[in-house]
Amino acid sequence: MTEPMLELKNVKTIVNPGTANETTILKGINLTINDGDFITIVGTNGAGKSTLFNVIGGNLKADAGQIFHTGAEITKTTEEQRTTFLARVFQDPKLGTAPRMTVAENMLLASKRGEKRHLMPRRLKQRMAEFTKLAAQMNNGLENRMTTPTGALSGGQRQALSFLMATLKRPDILLLDEHTAALDPHTARNLLHATNQRITEDHLTALMITHHMEDALKYGNRLIVLKDGQIKADYNAAEKAQLTVDDLYAYFEM
Amino acid sequence: MNLIVSAIGQGLLWALLGLGLYLTFRILNLADMTVEGTFPLGAAVAVTAITHGFSPLAATLLAFGAGMLAGLVTGLLYTKGKIPFLLAGILTMTATYSVNLRIMGKSNISLLGQKTLFSGSFMTSLPQYFDSVVLGMIVIVIITLLLIFFLDTDYGQSFIATGDNPVMAKSLGIHTDATINVGLMISNGLVGLCGALVAQNNGYADVNMGIGTIVIALASIIIGEVAFGELTLSQRLVAVTLGSIIYRLILLAVLQLGFSANDLNLISSIVLALCMMLPQLDKLFHIRKPFFKGVQTND
Repeated sequence: MTEPMLELKNVKTIVNPGTANETTILKGINLTINDGDFITIVGTNGAGKSTLFNVIGGNLKADAGQIFHTGAEITKTTEEQRTTFLARVFQDPKLGTAPRMTVAENMLLASKRGEKRHLMPRRLKQRMAEFTKLAAQMNNGLENRMTTPTGALSGGQRQALSFLMATLKRPDILLLDEHTAALDPHTARNLLHATNQRITEDHLTALMITHHMEDALKYGNRLIVLKDGQIKADYNAAEKAQLTVDDLYAYFEM
Repeated sequence: MNLIVSAIGQGLLWALLGLGLYLTFRILNLADMTVEGTFPLGAAVAVTAITHGFSPLAATLLAFGAGMLAGLVTGLLYTKGKIPFLLAGILTMTATYSVNLRIMGKSNISLLGQKTLFSGSFMTSLPQYFDSVVLGMIVIVIITLLLIFFLDTDYGQSFIATGDNPVMAKSLGIHTDATINVGLMISNGLVGLCGALVAQNNGYADVNMGIGTIVIALASIIIGEVAFGELTLSQRLVAVTLGSIIYRLILLAVLQLGFSANDLNLISSIVLALCMMLPQLDKLFHIRKPFFKGVQTND
């Protein structure tokens, strides 16, 4: 692919425009994401990390600038339209799954991400074996709970399911918004490991926000520091290998 | 015996109301006040159409369509107009009252001497009150099967997901505004249909016949849930109909105690309130521990 997977050109977002409380969150973001990039993103609270994801995801419109997906402009497209090539995992395990629907039903919904849904029988039984096999990859017993409503799962299982659902139908871009932050350290490590494995094996293009500097350094082939709505640093794989946790903390102390 | 048959017949006819509200109240998680307007709307459209020479079947289908339209209005006010849902329903309900008067031209129209779905030679050959049981049964079976099919399709699943977790639904590309609108249309279509059948069964339409319908619909749903407990989605739909019949039998029993038909809305509300408080009452009277614990931890 010659065109970059995703390109942001001078993207700005403004809150309460035209009032005394007018605040610019993203102050002109320029970012080129290439096919296969696995970018970790760090930054303080209020740096604009989540806003950046929302602008890419389409549930927040950019007030200035342009966004391109494989060369085609998508600045004005809706969140639903962007789901044809984009998948997200939220920080809150409750947001990623439908609590009264079963694990298998959730997976079936996710397998048709971005597609038109017709008045045709859903044919869940035919895909049960395939879904169970995928669930087993998460190594947390999810495969034994295929017919359990997801509201009855543990937070770790739910979040593993959310991740599975996001990658079930291969996305061009995967957004991970601190998806392990609500989990205990052990469960978080397992999910992060599974995340890394899936992204590297399938050569997915992914952006991952994290507050753990160690994780930001350990995973991915590129690292971005976001501060005050601007990209302060953008390290490639070679530069990232030389970085230390203290280097990153230095950005937060200024 | 006749009274019990009548109650079952009424329960079956009114079950449509419960099924309609089930789609919004339980699946979309929205409390839709529109039904208080849609029910008499269905009645007004059907009765007016019949008195203008339409066949009873065509008139009934027209009522279904009118109900869908009212549902769409509420849906658009909510999804596009961004009006809070409860208020959107109340607006449509209030507006519908005037629309119903316009349609009928007066506040009450009788079907005396007119053809209805209950006046065919087969229906009139049945013993007293069995006509509503037969027709109610036919309609409920057809509608329940259609709903079970609908909810099991890809579209139906996206409709369920919209109610269960709209954030997730959107992130999977489901157009939640559209599924909400479609759900409200089907729901209110069924309520309009119910109004049409009840009006033909009663032999008249009245602009005030919608008062209290949301409570009756909720009572069918809640009684069905309280009586039958954990069920699959398809079974829940059947439970709504059974709940509607049980509700009519409760009313029958209460009327036998000497209350008059004028007390019905009071009784309906008390029945519904008791059913909804059942979990709390159970805690108070059977498991005393949590009650005292609650007092202790107040320090």
